[in-house]
Amino acid sequence: MDMIRRTVLKSAGATGVLAGLLATGMLKPTLAYADDWNKTAFEAKDLTEALKAIGATGATDHKDLVMKAPEIAENGAVVPVDVTSNIPNTTSIAILVNKNPSPLSAQFEFSNGAVADVSARLKFAETSIVRAIAKADGKFYSAQREVKVTAGGCGG
Amino acid sequence: MADPMKIRAQMKGDVAEIRILMSHPMETGARKDDAGKLVPAHHIQTMTVALNGKTVVAGQIAGSVSKNPVFGFKVKGAKSGDKIAVSWVDNKGDKRTDEAAVA
Repeated sequence: MDMIRRTVLKSAGATGVLAGLLATGMLKPTLAYADDWNKTAFEAKDLTEALKAIGATGATDHKDLVMKAPEIAENGAVVPVDVTSNIPNTTSIAILVNKNPSPLSAQFEFSNGAVADVSARLKFAETSIVRAIAKADGKFYSAQREVKVTAGGCGG
Repeated sequence: MADPMKIRAQMKGDVAEIRILMSHPMETGARKDDAGKLVPAHHIQTMTVALNGKTVVAGQIAGSVSKNPVFGFKVKGAKSGDKIAVSWVDNKGDKRTDEAAVA
């Protein structure tokens, strides 16, 4: 299974080149792909890898990207997280929990009048930074908060 | 077949506030059952919210979304009586679509 994945990654060629094309705007990911589950991104085992897989490596902090999450969560299995982007032309929001075994938790694309605003409930394996990534006009922005978890939500 | 979703959509000013409750175990694949055996991954992967047939939100989610997922979204330009349809597909190919009218 993993072997196959490696091969696919290799044969897909230089991810770096692809990222470069994305950055220069020559290739634009569009809604056409939204129905597909981004396996590479969701199965990424650390934050750096996950951010790379969604193209958000160079995301910069933005005050108009607002995230709400509790400072302390007694139950890591159900942590409410709200993200609102007031950055004009925000088309997508992703939420990542840095210390989860697979950090990327959810990604949403907004169109046809949807406001760039989502609330969800996520599992936290342990105390972690939770990060929101918003995409607006092809650029990525981030916001983060720390949630202290007293009982983890991934072990059972 | 999974249980129906609960969908509530209510106008607040010119924005429809949509709350969705899905019925799904959302197993990450890392949890062990009481006998110490790993429970296989079983979670929703993709979801869409449509207003009068037009997709407004397209989402991809992981097993790290809590069991029986709850989501809130906001849509501008909706009005009372509009139709909201929510669909999801999980990693085993199970799927579900439910509808509600904007109140």
